[in-house]
Amino acid sequence: MNRACLAALLSHWIRNPLQLFAFLAGLALATGLWSGVQAINAEARASYDAAAATLGDGQFDQIVPATGDAISQEDFVTLRRAGWLVSPVLEGQINGVRILGFDPLSSPIGFGVSEETQTGDLSAFLNGDQLFANAETAGRFQTGIRVVINPAVASGIAVGEIGMVQRLLNRSYLSRLFVQPDQPLQRPALADIAPHLRLKAASQTADVGELTDSFHLNLTAFGLLSFAVGIFIVYSTIGLAFEQRRGMVRTLRALGISLPRLITLMFIEVLLLALVGACLGIFLGYIVAAMLLPDVAVTLRGLYGADVAGTLQFRASWWGSGMAIAILGSLAAAAAKLWQIASMPILASAQPRAWAMRSGRARGVQAILAATSLLSAAGLAWFGTGLMAGFALLGCFLIGAALTVPLLMHPFLAFAAGAARTPVARWFWADTRQQLPGLGLALMALMLAISANVGVSTMVSSFRMTFVAFLDQRLAPELYVEVANAAQANAIETQLPDSGIVVLPLLAVDAQIAKQPTRLFGVRVGPTYRENWVFLDAEPDAWDRVSAGTAAVANEQLARRASLWVGDSVALGEELTVTLAAIVADYGNPRGQLVVGEALFRRLHPEVAPRQFGLRTDDPASLRNTLVSDLGLADSAITDQSALKAISLQVFDRTFTVTAALNVLTLIVAGFAMLMSLLTLADLRVPQLAPVWALGITRLKLGQLELLRTGVFAVMVCIIALPVGLGMAWVLLAIINVEAFGWRLPMFLFPGEYFRLFLLSLLAAIAAASWPSVRLMRLPPARLLKVFANER
Amino acid sequence: MKDLDPVLIFSGVSKSFASADGLVQVLRGVDLAISPGETVALTGESGSGKSTLLHIAGALDTADQGTVHLAGHNLAGMSDAKRAAVRRHDAAVIFQQFNLIPSLSVADNIAFQARIAGRADEALITDLADRLGLSDQLRKYPEALSGGQQQRVAIARAIAARPRLLLADEPTGNLDEATAAEVLDELLALVADTGAALLLVTHSPAIAARMGRRLHLSKGRLV
Repeated sequence: MNRACLAALLSHWIRNPLQLFAFLAGLALATGLWSGVQAINAEARASYDAAAATLGDGQFDQIVPATGDAISQEDFVTLRRAGWLVSPVLEGQINGVRILGFDPLSSPIGFGVSEETQTGDLSAFLNGDQLFANAETAGRFQTGIRVVINPAVASGIAVGEIGMVQRLLNRSYLSRLFVQPDQPLQRPALADIAPHLRLKAASQTADVGELTDSFHLNLTAFGLLSFAVGIFIVYSTIGLAFEQRRGMVRTLRALGISLPRLITLMFIEVLLLALVGACLGIFLGYIVAAMLLPDVAVTLRGLYGADVAGTLQFRASWWGSGMAIAILGSLAAAAAKLWQIASMPILASAQPRAWAMRSGRARGVQAILAATSLLSAAGLAWFGTGLMAGFALLGCFLIGAALTVPLLMHPFLAFAAGAARTPVARWFWADTRQQLPGLGLALMALMLAISANVGVSTMVSSFRMTFVAFLDQRLAPELYVEVANAAQANAIETQLPDSGIVVLPLLAVDAQIAKQPTRLFGVRVGPTYRENWVFLDAEPDAWDRVSAGTAAVANEQLARRASLWVGDSVALGEELTVTLAAIVADYGNPRGQLVVGEALFRRLHPEVAPRQFGLRTDDPASLRNTLVSDLGLADSAITDQSALKAISLQVFDRTFTVTAALNVLTLIVAGFAMLMSLLTLADLRVPQLAPVWALGITRLKLGQLELLRTGVFAVMVCIIALPVGLGMAWVLLAIINVEAFGWRLPMFLFPGEYFRLFLLSLLAAIAAASWPSVRLMRLPPARLLKVFANER
Repeated sequence: MKDLDPVLIFSGVSKSFASADGLVQVLRGVDLAISPGETVALTGESGSGKSTLLHIAGALDTADQGTVHLAGHNLAGMSDAKRAAVRRHDAAVIFQQFNLIPSLSVADNIAFQARIAGRADEALITDLADRLGLSDQLRKYPEALSGGQQQRVAIARAIAARPRLLLADEPTGNLDEATAAEVLDELLALVADTGAALLLVTHSPAIAARMGRRLHLSKGRLV
C-alpha cells in the first residue's frame, strides 16, 4: 500500500517536470550558495588550524624581545645556562612565504614535520639543506634549496633546520624562543637575566581564527541570504504542488489511505526530493567554492595575513551542514502545507484554491509579522550591542521589509484598477492585483536580492572612496625604505636632509595601552602629517600638542575598543599620561594604534631605532638611485608609494570580489525564482485568461500584457528595494562594520550605480517573464477552449 | 459474517450540520439494510441528505446518532485509520466528479485501489478495461479522456478492488443520455458478476427504475 501511494504522490512530479525542476533547482541553488560559503569557511579554518599546529601559536609560552624583533644568540645561551628550557625559532620571508627555522631536538612542537624529526631520519633533517612545505607553497618561491613536499605543513609556510634557515636568510639572530611546558623549579626570573626580553603567555598569541571571524561571519550571512532567496522558490513550488494535489489527497483518503499514513508518506516524499536537491546543491557548492576560494585566500592574506590553501577539499563539516540545511529548509517549507492537509476534512472541496483568493486575513497576519520584524529591528538598533545583535538587526529588517512588499503593492494596484479608463486597462490592473499572492514570494525574493545589491554596493563603493582618500593621506611620502643596519639609518638621517629630502622616521613598538594590545608609533610632526591626516575628531591644536609630547593621536579601533575619545587621558607608563588630541580613521587595520611625537617616543623607548623611513621628494626615481648607489640600500628595501597604493587597492578590490560574486549569484537566484513562479503559475492562469481571450483579446496581446505586468512588478520592487538597500547599507556601515572591525565608514550615495542595477533587475524580470509570455502567445486555442469544455 | 447477512446496516442514524441559520438536521433516524448482490437506488430532492447518507455508508463521514455496520464492522467510534482500512477493503465509492488521480495513467488509476487493498489482480484489471472499452486508453492520462471514459475508469477502479459494497454518487450525472445509459449498463453488469451490493444516488427516475429496490429520502427520512 505504501509503495502504491508513494508512487501516486511522486507521479505528480513526473507529470509536472517543471515543478520538479523548480523544486530541485531552487533547493540546489539555495544549498549550493550556502554550502559553497561553508566550504570556503571550512577550508580557511582548516588552514588556520594547520597554521596553529605548524607555528605552535596559542599552545606554548614564548619569550620575545621587549622591543624590536631580534633575540641574540648570546641571550639564548644565557637562558639555557640559567636553566630555562627554551627552543629557538627564526622567522623570515622569501617571496611572501614565511620561512621558519627551528631546532628539532628541543622544540616542543613538530612544525608540521614531526614525521621527519621524530620517526624519520633525523640526521638527514639536521644535515640536509632542505626546506619542508606543502605543494602549493613550494611552487611559490625559489631559494636554490631543495624543497621537500609535506602536506602537513601549513599553507604559506616553509620550515627547516634553524642553522640552515639562518644561512638562507643571512641572519645571526633569533626571532623568539618557545618555552617548554615543564621547567626546573630553581631558575632565575627572566627579568633578572634578560631584562630586554619578555614572556608572552600562550593565551596572548594572536589567533588568526579570531581575527578573521567577522569576515567569515559576513560570508555566512551572505550564504544565509542566498539560501533564504533560494528557499523561497522551494516554498513557492511546494505550495503550488500541494494546492494542485488537494483533489488527489481527498481521493487517496476516500480510497482508504489514512491521514497519518498520508502525511507520513508526503513527509517522505519531500525528504526524498530534498535529498536529491541537497546532493545537487552540494555539488554546485563545491563548484562555487572552488571558483571563489582563490580570491578569498588573497583577501585573507591581504587583510589579516592569514594564509589559506587555494585548493578545496570535500570536508564533512560543510557538506553535512549543506545537507542538513537543505533538508530542514525543505521540511520547514512543507510544514505549513502538511499542517493544512492534516487539518483538512476528508470531504473538503478538492478544487485548488485560487492563489488570488487568499483572504484579507492572510494580509493582516502578514502585516502583523512585518510590523513585529521591523519593530524588533528598531529595538536592536537602539539597544543591541555586539556583532550578533547587528546581524539579528539586519535579519529582522530584511524580513520585515520583504513582508511589506505585497502589502505596499496591494493598495497601489487597487488604486490603479480604480483609476483605469478602458475596460482592458481595468482588467489588467485588477488581474495584476489578483496575481499578487501567487507571485508574492518571488517578488519578495527579488526585492531582497536587489536591496542586497544596493546595500552591499553602497557599502563597497563608500568603502572604496574612503579607502582611496585614506591611502592618499596615509601614504604621502613618495618612497618608503627599510634599513638593514644602524649605519644605513644614520646615513639617511644625516645625509638626505642636505639634499632637500624630508626624512620621516617610523618608530614603532608593540605595547599595552588602555589595556589593549597596541602598536605605539613615534612620528616627526611636520607638514606631511599636518596637511594630509584627516581626523574623525580632533582638538584644534592637535599636532602642536603631539609634537610637544603632551598629547597623542589614536586610531579609531583603539578609541572604540578602549572607550576613549578626544580629551580623554591615556597612560603611557606608570608616571606618564597624555591627552588624546585626535582620532584618526585607520581603515582595514585590525590593530589599535597610538601616535605620539618622536621626542616622547625616544624618551619612552630609547632602545628602539627606526628601521623604516618615509621620504618626501620631488624626484623619487633619482632618490631611489642615490639610496642604492650611495647609501648601499638593497633595491628590494625601497618601496614606491604608487606601487604600495596599487597593491593596497588591488588587495581591496579582490577583497570584495567574493562579495560581488555572491551578490550577482543572489540576483540570478531571484531572477530564477521569478521565472519559476511565472512558469508554474502559467497553467493556473489558463482558466483566468480563457474568458478574456474568448471576449476578443488576442493571445499575442495577452502575452504582451503578461510581460507588461512583470515589468510593473519589477519597477515597484525596485522602488521598494532602494530605501531597503540604503537601510541595509547603513546597518552594514554604521553597526556591523563598527562591531566587526572597530571603525565606522562614512556613507555615500551612488545614484548612477542604482539606476544601472534597476535596469539590470528590470531586464532580469522581463527575461524571466519572456518564456511564459511566449508560451502564452503560442498557446493552442484548443487548450483555451478546453476550459469551457470542462464547465459542467 | 455470513455471506447473506446485510453488507450495510443503518439503525436510527441521524446527522446534523451547523449552518449560519443554526443546526440543520440532515438525516433523522434512518434505518436501512442492504444485502450482498442487491442494487438500491436512493432518490430525493437536492439537500435531502442523499450524499450525506452515502458518505456515512462509505465510512467517509460519521453519524451523530445511531449505528452503522459495514461488512460486519461497527463504524461507530472507529479511528480514522480503522475507517480508512474499511474503505480500502470493503467499500468503494464512484464519485460524480470521477476523482481520478491526474498524475497516474489510466492503467495505474484502475489498479490503484486494488493495490492499496493488497488484492490487485492483473487479469481482472485487464478484463475490466476490456469490458469497459478502455483497452486502448490504458497508457493515457485522465486529462486526455472524455467524461464518459473517465467515469468508466472510476467504475473499473472501484470494481477492481472487489469491494463488498459499491457506493455511486450520481455516477452518470455528468454524462449525456446515451453515454449515461451505456455506463449504467456496464456498471450493473459488473455488479451482477461480482456479487457486490450497490447503493446508487440519482435524481433520474429512469435510472432508479433499473435498480432492484428504490428508496426515497425526504427531509432526512427514508420513505
